[in-house]
Amino acid sequence: MSQDDTNSLLKQLTKGLVKENPILVIMLGLCAALACSTSATDALGMGVAFSFVMVCSNIVVAVIRKLVPSQVRIPVYITVISTFVTIVDYTLKAYFPTLSQSLGVFVPLIVVNCTVMARAEAFSSKNTIVASLMDGIGMGIGFTLIITIIGAIREVIGAGTLFGRQLMPIQYQPFIILILPPGAFLVLGFLMALHRKIMTTFYKPQT
Amino acid sequence: MMSNDLNIFLIFLSAMIVNNILLIRFIALCSFFGISNSIKTSIGMGVAVIFVMIMATAVSWPVYHFILVPLNLVYLRTAAFILTIATFVQLEEMFIRRVFPPLYRAMGIYLPLIVVNCAVLAAAFLCIDYKFDFGRSIVYAIGVSSGYFVAIVMFAAIREVVDHAPVPTLFRGHPIAFITASLMSLAFLGFKGLFGL
Repeated sequence: MSQDDTNSLLKQLTKGLVKENPILVIMLGLCAALACSTSATDALGMGVAFSFVMVCSNIVVAVIRKLVPSQVRIPVYITVISTFVTIVDYTLKAYFPTLSQSLGVFVPLIVVNCTVMARAEAFSSKNTIVASLMDGIGMGIGFTLIITIIGAIREVIGAGTLFGRQLMPIQYQPFIILILPPGAFLVLGFLMALHRKIMTTFYKPQT
Repeated sequence: MMSNDLNIFLIFLSAMIVNNILLIRFIALCSFFGISNSIKTSIGMGVAVIFVMIMATAVSWPVYHFILVPLNLVYLRTAAFILTIATFVQLEEMFIRRVFPPLYRAMGIYLPLIVVNCAVLAAAFLCIDYKFDFGRSIVYAIGVSSGYFVAIVMFAAIREVVDHAPVPTLFRGHPIAFITASLMSLAFLGFKGLFGL
């Protein structure tokens, strides 16, 4: 593989982290990001489940991209995605019942998580298997990173714990509002502003 | 939490306000932020969601109880529901274009978008999870979709005002929208405990 190819693959992998972050920039997959981030553990679980679906469906879509007539591609993609979602759903139920309980309806809802669909349509249906794999991993990591950050902030401030362990001193009065629904919007709003700050400082300013 | 012996009126109120699908349960947020630029488009989207959600629930409930359960295929429900709903939205689009052209114009491009709107699928799943019977499922779908309508129209109205407000540059656009949503969510949280729900 030439230097150029490796470079572009690396770019596919890293663009999901900051520049094309699925939550902060593309603004897709918000439901899961907000609803499953009441604690860092839930958030991480959701992130991993999402990444699995993302990577697998990206690969399969890239493999079958030349076989599927473009008129029926959307139903085909949906079927592929929902297969992997069902796998994740039943695996979680079998091995992590508590996590599955707290994520609830949001695991089957990964199937309509627009990010997965959008990447299948916009990226892996036009690119090679390796590039799609990289894209899937990058998007998965970007999503997991942000959702875990949101989960950690909400858990630390809202409950005084991190991954279930007491972090704040006992006297700390938790701001319960942050683990309630309004807190999710608030944290994401501030994270977006922070992300914009980072973008304008370290990348070329947007015109 | 909710069961079949619950009063129909309470199911409706709970779905619409106390457990508002957008602000409390965080379902269908992509469209909430994507489409709420103006009151007009959000009304179109709201109407389309009400229409599709009621119909989709009316279709997916029998699919689950009369096809998937007797055949022991419950694990296929994700795939089955999404395909049913997608097919159904297509049919509905053709039907509305024929029969109610004004409504079709009001919904415009939002109708096809609803296929990937989580709210519709979520309502179908939740009806099954709560073990509602058919009538209650429909009432629940009406409640959920009216809640969606109310929330998205209110949010669009607020955003139109916020667009003209002197917001710090860093927060302009989406960040301030999220903070607005946070305050609205706080207001809806005030309904918690109403009628013991």
